[in-house]
Formats: sequence, C-alpha cells, structure tokens
Amino acid sequence: MSQLNLHLKVWRQNAGQPGHFQDIEAPDIPDHASFLEMMDIVNERLIAKGQDPVAFDHDCREGICGMCSMQINGVPHGPEKATTTCQLHMRKFRTGDTIWIEPFRAKAFPVIKDLVVDRSAFDRIQRAGGFITVRTGSPQDANALPIGKEVADAAMDAAACIGCGACVAACKNASAMLFVSAKAGQLNTLPQGKPEKDRRTLGMVRQMDKEGFGNCTNQYECEAACPKEISVRWITKLNRDYAVAIVKEALGNSPKVAGGGD
Amino acid sequence: MPLDSHIPSGPMAMKWSKHKQDSKLINPKNKRKFTILVVGSGLAGSSAAATLSELGYKVKCFCFQDSPRRAHSIAAQGGINAAKNYQNDGDSVHRLFYDTVKGGDFRAREANVHRLAEVSVNIIDQCVAQGVPFAREYGGMLANRSFGGAQVSRTFYARGQTGQQLLLGAYSALNKEIAAGGVQMYPRTEMLDVVTVDGHAKGIITRNLVTGKIEAHAGDAVLLCTGGYGNVFYLSTNAMGCNVTATWRAHKKGAFFANPCYTQIHPTCIPVSGDYQSKLTLMSESLRNDGRVWVPKKKEDIGKPPGQIPEADRDYILERKYPSFGNLAPRDISSRAAKEACDDGRGVGPGGRGVYLDFAEAIQQFGAKTIAERYGNLFDMYERITGESAYKQPMRIYPAVHYTMGGLWVDYNLMSNLPGLHVLGEANFSDHGANRLGASALMQGLADGYFVIPTTIANYLVHQKPGSVTAEHPEFKKALEVCTAQTKGFLACKGKRSVDSFHRELGLLVWDKCGMARDRAGLTEALKRIPELREEFKTNVIVPGSGDACNPELEKAGRVADFMEFAELLCLDALNREESCGGHFRTEHQYPDGEAKRDDENFCYAAAWEYTGDLGKPTLNKEPLSFEEVHLAVRSYK
Repeated sequence: MSQLNLHLKVWRQNAGQPGHFQDIEAPDIPDHASFLEMMDIVNERLIAKGQDPVAFDHDCREGICGMCSMQINGVPHGPEKATTTCQLHMRKFRTGDTIWIEPFRAKAFPVIKDLVVDRSAFDRIQRAGGFITVRTGSPQDANALPIGKEVADAAMDAAACIGCGACVAACKNASAMLFVSAKAGQLNTLPQGKPEKDRRTLGMVRQMDKEGFGNCTNQYECEAACPKEISVRWITKLNRDYAVAIVKEALGNSPKVAGGGD
Repeated sequence: MPLDSHIPSGPMAMKWSKHKQDSKLINPKNKRKFTILVVGSGLAGSSAAATLSELGYKVKCFCFQDSPRRAHSIAAQGGINAAKNYQNDGDSVHRLFYDTVKGGDFRAREANVHRLAEVSVNIIDQCVAQGVPFAREYGGMLANRSFGGAQVSRTFYARGQTGQQLLLGAYSALNKEIAAGGVQMYPRTEMLDVVTVDGHAKGIITRNLVTGKIEAHAGDAVLLCTGGYGNVFYLSTNAMGCNVTATWRAHKKGAFFANPCYTQIHPTCIPVSGDYQSKLTLMSESLRNDGRVWVPKKKEDIGKPPGQIPEADRDYILERKYPSFGNLAPRDISSRAAKEACDDGRGVGPGGRGVYLDFAEAIQQFGAKTIAERYGNLFDMYERITGESAYKQPMRIYPAVHYTMGGLWVDYNLMSNLPGLHVLGEANFSDHGANRLGASALMQGLADGYFVIPTTIANYLVHQKPGSVTAEHPEFKKALEVCTAQTKGFLACKGKRSVDSFHRELGLLVWDKCGMARDRAGLTEALKRIPELREEFKTNVIVPGSGDACNPELEKAGRVADFMEFAELLCLDALNREESCGGHFRTEHQYPDGEAKRDDENFCYAAAWEYTGDLGKPTLNKEPLSFEEVHLAVRSYK
C-alpha cells in the first residue's frame, strides 16, 4: 500500500447562499481507501482542527442505494466507468493530483449543504405514474402470466437504475430523460404495466418538465456517466410511448393522468 | 412481567387462518379516522405503509435517507424464499417452515415461522403484479435457484440485486399511495424518541435532517420498521446510516429487547485493509463452490506471496477439519475456522485478518473462461475494491457482521409489550431464532408489511378512540424537551475526540469480545469497558456545527450514543446465555469437535430484557419456547 498526497478543491455551500471552492490539502491518503473513505479522513482532520467537515450524501457504500453523488473532476461519480463514487478507490489517482469535488449540479437538484443536493424531484416523478396500480392481496398466481425471458431481461436492464441522478448531472441541459425513460420503460415493457402505459408516460414526462429538468438533445453524456450502464435506447422508447400517448390524448382518447402529489 | 405471545390455539397449520377469522375488523369509514406512524421505509416499512393506506388508514411514513427507495433492504443480493414448489421438487409450506425452525437452531417461535412460510407464496404473486423483474425461463415461467444449503430450489431472484428490485416494488406501491393522498412521506427525517401516553405508544419525536427542526407527531399506533443493529460493531455489511436508535429509544420507554446476542456473521467478505475502513463488502457465498480456503501452515510464511508457498506448506482448514463438507461447511462453522487460523497468527493480508480463497485449481480444471462466466462480476467487484485479480492470485476473505436476529419482543400480532408499538422486519426478534437462513430476510420484511400487520393491527386499534391523543399532550412537550436537550448537549460538549473515533473503538471492542466467539472472561471485560467508554463519550466528544441545519456529525452522535448503551445489553445477553446456538457461540459450550452445544434444559426461551433505569441491571423476562411440530434435535451438518 502506498500513500497519496492530494490537493482537493471542494465545493462549500450553505442552502440559499452562494458557494465557493475551498482548498484542502489531503496528505497521506492510503491508496486502498475508497473515495468516500478519503473524505472521511479529510473530515476527521477538519474536525480535529475545529473546522466544519464537508457534508456529503452516502449510505450503503456498495454501489446500490444511489445516495452518493459527487462530481469528481467534472464527471459524475468520477473517472472509473460503471462505478459509483463509493466504489471508486484512491488507487485510480496519483500522488500530487488536484481533485475537484462538486455536488451534482442541476436547477432541479438544489444544494442543501456542500455536496448534498435535494433529489426529491425524482420521487415526485415516480409518484406521477411510476407504478402499477395493484392492491396488496389481489393478484393472481405469479406464474399465471408467462413473460418471455427476453422481455423480463429487458425490463431488468431498465430496473437496474439506482436513481442517483448522475445522468442529470452529466447532461449540459440537466435533462432527466435517462432516469425517467428507465423507470417508465421497465413498467411499459412488461405486460402487467400495459393497462396504465399511456397515463404513466404522460404523467411522468409532464412532472419531469414541471420539475425544471432540461430537454434531451441526444448527446448521450448520460449513458456514459451512468454507474449502472442504462442504455439510451430507453429514451427512444420513451419518446415513442409519449408520441402514442399524446396522439391518443389529442384524438380524445384521453388517459387521466395521475397526480404528481407530495 | 408475564409475556403473552397471543399464539392462536389449534393445529399449527390452521393457526394463521383461525387468527385471521378471529381478528377484529374496522369498518372503512372508521379506518380513515386512525393515523398510523410508520418509521422506516425498507421492505417492511414501505410495504406496511402502502398496504395500510390502501385499506383506508391515514399513514405517515418517516425515513432518514433522502428517498424511501434507499433503505438498506436495497443491498440484499441473493434472493427471496417462497414455498411455491414451481420446481416440483417436493417443497411445501411445511418444509419451508421446518427448514427455518431448524436453521434458527430451535430458538424461533414456531407459530410465527409457520405463518411466514404460509404467506411467502403471496409475496411472489404480489411482487410480480407490481412489475418486479424476477429471473425467468424461456417459456416465461419464473426461475428458481437453490440457496443456503436447502435441498429444494425455492429462491426467486433478480440478478444479483433482488433486494433493490423488491424494494422498488414496495416503493412503487408506496408512491401510488402518496400520490393518492393516503400516505404523507417524511424523507430526511430521523426518529429520536417514542412518546407514550398512559402506557401506550401514541407518537414519535423526529428531527428534520435538513432544517434541524425537532418535531412531535401523534398517532393511534406506531410501527417501527427500522432494521437491525449490526453497526454496533462499527464495521459490518450494513449501510453507514443503519442504527439502533429507534428500537433502543423504544426499549428505554418500556419495550422489551429480545435476544440481542443473536448476530449473524457472514464468512465471505472482503477483509479490512486499514484503520480508515468504513464498511465491509459481502461477496456471494457461491464462491465457495469452486474456491478452496487455506492459510499457510507456518506463521513465518504469512508475508510470502501465496504462489511461493508450496502445496505441502498450505493448510486447507475447512477440508482438514470438515472432510465431508469441506469448503461448503455452514456459515457459522466456516467463520469460526477462519477466526481460529487468524488467532493462531496464520492470517494473511493487512493486519493478519484474512484467509485465502483460492481458484487456481478450478481455473486449471475448468479454464479461466468458465470461471469468469460463473463469477466474473464478483471477481470484478473484488478487483475494484482490493486492486487484486482473483484470476492471478487467491482472494482474501474474512467474516463480517451482516444481520441481527435479535430485536424488540413482539407477540403474534407483531405488537411489543408496549401497547400500540408494533415492530416489523429485522427490527423484531420473532422469526429467525438464533440464525437466519439465506434469502429469508426479504421474505420476512415483506410478509410482515404486506400480509401480517394489515390484519393484526386492527386487534389493537379496535379498542382505541381514534385521534384521542394529539401532539399538544404534555407527554409530547416533555419528550421534545428531552430530545432538544440531548442535541444541545452533544454540541455543547466540545471535547477532543470525533464521534467516529468512539464508534470505531466501541466496534473493535464488541467485535473482539462479543463477535464470532464469546466467553465469560471476554464478556465480563467488555461489560467493564463499555460504561467507561460511554462516560468518556459524554465528556470528550466533539460535534461541530449547529443543531438547526444539515449536520451529519450531529446525526452520528445520536446514533453512536445509543450504540454505546445498547452494546452493554448485547454483552449482558451473551453472558447470560450459557449455551451455544446459531450465531451465538460461547467457547465454554461446545462439543469436542467444535460444534455448538445447545442447552435446551435451561435456555429454550426468548430472553426479553426490560429497561430498569440502570443500564447494567436490566430485568430478564423469559418467553418459554415450545416445539410441537419440529422436534428439538442437535443441528448437525456432518
């Protein structure tokens, strides 16, 4: 194991106030530490000096909860492909490196403190249709509805999304299309999700627009940044599903759109 | 205090049906008048909140994460058991029930386990209807795999992320109800206390983790779905935020804490690599199908590259000790064997706490391509974390804490001894005894939330006048003052040591004295040191920042303060239980071959501890366990 000496430029901000970069020296960082463990070490040192530690979101630290959310050297979750910040390790850096650490930036993700942002817009989009209306206890036997392996696998590909928001942070327009298309796409692909397909699609897309996410211009930064490698093909499908739903609506065959609610 | 588990009479297989018939009903108009507070939004909390709202109750649901979808249920990998018998391999409700009781080393409550096995089949139906993308066969039917040594294939799975998919299903049901107005969701909100009025749980105190505001919420019943206490060990496979606060504060308000010494250690985790380590990562147990576990025979070889240690100088510990099971020996046995080798000074890697899991022979036999097909994603994960390739050198593994079977005592209705306080999922004690089988945690969380509590909660509510207690009640004011004072106390302490430094020290101590193997001397020593550490924490902790804003250090301080108190009960329970069973191994109580030696004569009971105001002297209440269906026997894996 070797030790790294790093120069950090960390975004510091309190909610509602302007932020700034703070220079923090981070000497003697073990290269086996994860990126968040490096932040733990930095915070311990700040506390020892009587300074305010850097606030950041994190929880499972095994790449599945989607809570960690840093922009590292301009890239959501940092330089390693298909990896969340918590699974990024310091051996990917060199001693002497300067590392820029920022929160996920988007109008729809306001900063709460330092690197912590408010991603509740994603929850509100899900509430606008990201579900199948089924009452507990009412379903038929699970095997009564055969679903081909290819269909089930495709739905699973979309379902792998961990809702971290890296797609939004990577996009110059802060578009949420990859997230919304994966969530809608999982359910729109499955036969169980067909009855509500139109109202789900319209509900989620309209809520997405209301939250202030930008438009998709098909440059696929989102796919490159996604730690779960969600494909932009889901965006294509969402556009198709949306076109069908909007035409049906225009023709008077209007689905009643679920409320966004909060 | 006498403990009445309210187990229905009649034959085992009929108890739940009978109980459903006998349970009270509340008419739909009246349901709307009841407010239920659900704390936690994992599998148990989300499924309970959604289902209770569907039934018409008003629900408030709280979670400390920024979204209910992030609760730690999400990290479960392997799968969920259900007695569907889709494989036609002889599975049944009775067999799942039998396996679970035996797997729990005869320390679970039979009636609860039978109910769990019964509703397991409904869970799969429910999840599929919600759009959970379980693995399927080409014909479109659901796929199964075997798991945890079971002789049947009853585990349903969604790649390596069954937990995430089931939680997203429950989260979608929760979202549906939030959108419909039945559930009010409070993310980034942590419960600090339970409020009792005339001995009933009638509310909670919370802290808003964004604004710092401490608030009171009144309800007609409280559901704790707040998970386990594995993080008392500091290092575990739990998420960083997992904590004992909700259940511990409830305990201090009168709820009995049962069997805290039942903790489960998983044998195949990536070892600790340094003192900066914040958590441990589990590697699927399936690796032991092809990997061979070994350490050097000679202590002086531990620093050598493994490839330079000749075959004759290697000790294949599991193959040597358990020739019939070899590397597939059960979890607890394998974990202890690794510990023994490391205690003997033959552990490998940083700190000497690791054993090799070697694939060289398998790669030679089947080729690297086949091994990559079987375990490629696990090898990648291992390389990401350790920087080492398991294709070129053996993996290093070591056991880690990952689940806790103990929890708050509940009756058959999932209500604690504190009327109105219900406890679901990992937070309660009832279903797994002294050891949980693989793929059973997800099953229990969803069984409790979707199918048990929606029926049984009415048995409490029917005797309550809805809305009879409001947050204006003096008890709420009192609780608010206590919580506010505690928060201020942390900030005012201005000592020299960080919260994490205390948590690390506590974790090392508890892991050392009350981890994989426990004995009287070690536990006695821990019981002496824990109160000392707790006292130092009170006077020497430093929590920067303020109480009226987002302050992660302050959140941690509250959680660690509770772990400091809880750790003592954990060790007391381990000291009291003079036997070995499941995850609780007392070195004084073992057969000559190292098997756990149970004492059914004296310890066939659930230990339900009562808080007395003196942390060192809780009162022990016993719920005797009787086994009608599955007869008490030595749990042998030979």
